[in-house]
Parts: sequence; structure tokens; C-alpha cells
Amino acid sequence: MSMRLRLWVLAAGMLGTATLFVLACVELPVFGGTWHPYGDRAVHAALARHTANTIASVNFDQRALDTLGEESILFGSVLGTVVLLRQTRDEQRLPPEPARVAPPVRRYALIALPVTLLIGLYVVAHGQLSPGGGFQGGVVVATSLHLLYIAIDYRALERIRPVGLYEVADAAGEAGYLLLGAAALLTGAAFLTNFLPYGTFNTLSSGGTVPLLNAAIGVEVAAGIVVLLARFLDQAVEIVSGPDDEAEDGT
Amino acid sequence: MSVLPYLCAGWLFLIGCYGLATSRNLIHAVGCLAVCQSATYVLLLAVGYRHGGTAPVFSDIAPGSRPVVDPVVQALTLTDIVIGATVTALLLALVIQIAKRHRTVDPDELSELRG
Repeated sequence: MSMRLRLWVLAAGMLGTATLFVLACVELPVFGGTWHPYGDRAVHAALARHTANTIASVNFDQRALDTLGEESILFGSVLGTVVLLRQTRDEQRLPPEPARVAPPVRRYALIALPVTLLIGLYVVAHGQLSPGGGFQGGVVVATSLHLLYIAIDYRALERIRPVGLYEVADAAGEAGYLLLGAAALLTGAAFLTNFLPYGTFNTLSSGGTVPLLNAAIGVEVAAGIVVLLARFLDQAVEIVSGPDDEAEDGT
Repeated sequence: MSVLPYLCAGWLFLIGCYGLATSRNLIHAVGCLAVCQSATYVLLLAVGYRHGGTAPVFSDIAPGSRPVVDPVVQALTLTDIVIGATVTALLLALVIQIAKRHRTVDPDELSELRG
């Protein structure tokens, strides 16, 4: 198909989609209106189960099975990336050269590292109370480790980052979520039911299984992001292609 | 105009589709897919917005004292962002392999089969 014809087909498709979308938008509830039946019910259910952060309650209690599916997509894509970016037979691994870092960068990155790590752990632990949770906190924790790469160099990062252990932690996060869901079966409730006592509202122990599921997700996301970045950094820093195809290596 | 936020989401989606269809670089195409995906975030958050509403978190406001925005769509958006990041990583890993095997990232040049 020539470029011109392709653009015409695209224009027709986009015009059709745009027309249908505008017609659908006109029928949607008014922007900013007060009619939110699902939202109101979700808030009610979250308060009944002593979870201050309604979003955490929706994710880890009211639709915990959906979150299991989403977590499995995350797990699957980390697994796929690990398989795709492994070292192949015609590639060799070269030890990275030590790099010099400007002193201010080193200073501020080293100061920021423990602070970021602490904030990440705080965000995971307070997921059921304040905005945050395992998904966001996990990313912050994973980011904090990589400040070491910015502050010192790649070899320092590798020393605190045994990738094998993080792969195990990634799987353990996924397994922890499943086992917590299965634990509900032992009490006679359905899979992933909130079976623990709800605790005192607005304290760390409130929400029943919400903080535990939150922590499982936090472990999985943090470990998953570390593994992902490790694989990409390996490709960029350590793995070089074989000597026969280095000549046209420009893409 | 009360439908403007919804139309904005539709515009983002279509502009992402345009980029996907006309892209000559797979990394650019992955970026365009991320733009398409961000359209769903805008649409979801626009559906859940409520005038004068605050975040649906009751650790510092008394329940019922203020209107809150819809938490259901926020939860959907939140998980989608992390999933989107990892799926983007998976696609970029595929692009790296394509670049290594075929020496090109132009989708139009990827017509031949290679074992």
C-alpha cells in the first residue's frame, strides 16, 4: 500500500472514530456533575471496612481479583522482557569501565538515596491511609536504588543489586498475593475476600487484608522495576555484539 | 463547554493513532502507543471528576464533610499507569531484538522473514 493510500484509509477511519466518539460524548453525564453511583458506593464500602484511602480499598478489597489480573500482566511483561533481553550466544559481556562523577552530583545523589528509599517504604506502608500504595511506592523504592548508578557508577549498583534475588522477590510478591487470596478460602469465604479484622479506622493496622495485599504488590513492583532496568542497563552498558556485526551497528 | 475534557481524550487517542500509522521508527511507535494510552487516563479522570470535589482519602477529612471525586476510575487509572510502563518496557525489549536481528527499526523494512 502506498503512503498516500494509507493516509486516506487512516483519515477515513479516524473521521469515523471521531464522529462516533463525539456522538458518545454528548450522551455522557455532564463533566464535574454530582451523579457518581459507583463512586458513592465505593466510598461507602471503604468506610464500612475501615480503609481511609478509598482507592486502596477499591484496588485491594472491592476489586482485588481484577488487581490480581493486572499484577499478573505486570509479572508477565517483566518475564517477557527478561527472556527477550538475555545475553545470546553471539554476544559477550564486558565489565563496565569505572566512570568519574562530578562531586556535586555524587553528593546530592547520595543524600537523596536514603531519603527516597524511606519515602518509598512509607508510601507502600501507608497505602491504605494516604494517597499512595504498593504500585507507586514500589516504583519509588526501585528508583532510589538506581540513584547509586548516578552517584557512583554501574559497578556500585551491581553490588547492591543481585538480579537473581530480585527475580525471586518479584515472584514472591505475586505468590504472596495469591496465597493471601487463598487464605480466605480456609476461613470459608470466597477467594480474595477481606477476612481479617478491620482494625481501628485511620491507623496502620486498619483495612484487614488491604495493607498485606498492598505490601505484596509493593514488593512485586519494586523488584519487577529493578529487574526491568537491570536488563535494559545490561544491554546498554555491558553486553556487546559479536565482532562480525559491529561494522553496521548504528541503529 | 462540558464535553471538552472528553473531546480532549478523544483527540489524544486519535493523534496517537495517527502517529502509530505514520511512524517510520518503532521506538517512536511505542511512544505513540503510550500517547493513545494516556487518552484513556484523561477520559477516566474526566468521567470521575466532580466540581468542588477533593481526593477520596479520609485520613485528614471527615467522611461526608466534602464531596469527593469518583475513586473507582482513579483506581483503574492508577493500575493502568504501572501496567502501561511495564508493557512499554516489554515492547522496547522487542524493538531492541528487532534492531539487533534486522539492523533496522523502520517497520516498513521489516517485510522479510528471517530465522
